[in-house]
Amino acid sequence: MVLVQTSVTAISFYFLHKALKAPKRPEPDSYLDNDDEE
Amino acid sequence: MAAVQKTQGWGTRIGLILAMAGNAVGLGNFLRFPMQAVQNGGGAFIIPYLVAFVLMGIPLLWVEWAMGRYGGKFGHHSTPFILDSMDKRKFWKYLGVFGIFTNIGVAAYYCYIESWTLAYVIHSIIGTFNGMSQQEVADFFAKYTTISLSVNDTTLGIPLEPIFFYVLCLVLNTYILAQDLNKGIEKVAKIGVPLLIVFGAMLAVKAFFLKDTGAYEGCTDCHSWLGINFLWEPRFESLSDPKVWLAAAGQIFFTLSIGMGTIHCYAAYLKEKDDIALNAMSAGWMNEFVEIVLGASVVVPLAVGYLGLDWVKENASFSIAFQTMPYLFAKWGTFLSALAGIAWFGLLFIAGITSSLAMGTPLKSFMEDEFNWDLRKSAIFFGVLVFIFGLPTVLFFEHGVFDEYDYWAGTVSLVIFALTEIILFSWVFGIDKGWKEITSGADIEVPDFYKFVIKYITPVFLLAVFLGALITPENNDWLNAFSEFKAGNGWPLGDSSLIAKVFHLDVEELIYFENGSPTKLFYIDLARILLLILFGFIAFLVYIASRKHKKQTF
Repeated sequence: MVLVQTSVTAISFYFLHKALKAPKRPEPDSYLDNDDEE
Repeated sequence: MAAVQKTQGWGTRIGLILAMAGNAVGLGNFLRFPMQAVQNGGGAFIIPYLVAFVLMGIPLLWVEWAMGRYGGKFGHHSTPFILDSMDKRKFWKYLGVFGIFTNIGVAAYYCYIESWTLAYVIHSIIGTFNGMSQQEVADFFAKYTTISLSVNDTTLGIPLEPIFFYVLCLVLNTYILAQDLNKGIEKVAKIGVPLLIVFGAMLAVKAFFLKDTGAYEGCTDCHSWLGINFLWEPRFESLSDPKVWLAAAGQIFFTLSIGMGTIHCYAAYLKEKDDIALNAMSAGWMNEFVEIVLGASVVVPLAVGYLGLDWVKENASFSIAFQTMPYLFAKWGTFLSALAGIAWFGLLFIAGITSSLAMGTPLKSFMEDEFNWDLRKSAIFFGVLVFIFGLPTVLFFEHGVFDEYDYWAGTVSLVIFALTEIILFSWVFGIDKGWKEITSGADIEVPDFYKFVIKYITPVFLLAVFLGALITPENNDWLNAFSEFKAGNGWPLGDSSLIAKVFHLDVEELIYFENGSPTKLFYIDLARILLLILFGFIAFLVYIASRKHKKQTF
């Protein structure tokens, strides 16, 4: 139980962290924060 | 082709991930998963569950995200014309109707559950359950769901109380849907999902430290850790039972909201170069965290801590959430019981509304894309449609309309649509083209073997789930059914099979009225007719939209 729950927690936070730390793309993407118009 | 919308989009990456996770995290994470685990091998259930997640869940997440982003390039944000953009044949768009139909059909009864949680938050705050016996708390639910014009028969003195709260939830959903994506759904997800995790963690910690302090006199199996052990104790013999594998695959379907059309819709608001591979993993695993870590640590341990393991084994069902949990919270004193009630029903409400908002988006986007309706008009249309088709689930709740909607819209349709989309993506659109879509702009390296999995394994998995539902044997006993079949005694078709349901083989006599009153069969067929009308109506809208496209082309 502990193994499964710890692994799932670790994997979840790993992917979330990776997504949030991924470098922003040089060209504008769909996120409005990065749009030229904003 | 519809005009490509430039005004709507996700504000931030975290907003998109939380909205997708909020779409997936639902009532099933806290109620369905622990019950399924208990009934299917405890700790051993996690093995087929994780296998199904890896071989069916993750591939379908990537496929749906990829299809959505692909359709978005052509200005389509709902499945009829997303599917249509992937192949020239005309029938795909009508199969894409499932991606709107399912959402309206499910939202119709899902918003009703959502409204219960809202009402129960209020009751927890005002201390309604303090001093009530376990039976009184259970009876309270029956009183709440009874439609009455007399204020004396309601729980808050509001006439037609369940309808009042149902409409309130619909208005709330409609209002949020009428905002831009980044100002409505995204904002709700950014506040709601973290709050839900905090609420779940609070209750899980309380359940963990409850141990046997809540045991009633003479109870020998009241200890919250017994509940945790029971849930996670591996019964490996269950792994050879196809029933367990089908249950695990079914749970993956429900928990990830795949086969619904909501993921396509959210992903359609991305741009061509945006990542989908990592976003999908992040949102998918966040859902798994809420389900496996939090969902498994609240209801069962708490109920076992107070009422004992035997009681939970006999009474494990969805109803514990409303008919038992308030009774347990009331033991914590006035302040803590109110806090626990807010946390429990609050988290269920958040889980519900983040999912129902996702269910509203495909129809709203369809009307915006194909009929040029504005946001507000499209959102109101969703609210009205859900009200019309949902009212029978409220009015005839105890007659089985609710369950019938859940079976056809919330179960069968998901599998049919998932099977459709995986065939379209892997075999018609083509796996090479599809793989390029999944890996384009990816912020992680997608393992190559998933190309094989998506083309061969996932369709086979889905086909097995569909056939499993189609010919479910008597008592869901597959091992016995195979032996009977091998012995030449035919297939012992069970009452819960799709075939039995379609032909009413599960009903002894086909009687629609008895002593002048409608029978349960009447209400069941009424629900089916309503769902058929809903499907036909959406298909008609798709037909009109496709004619408009043709006129624009010529």
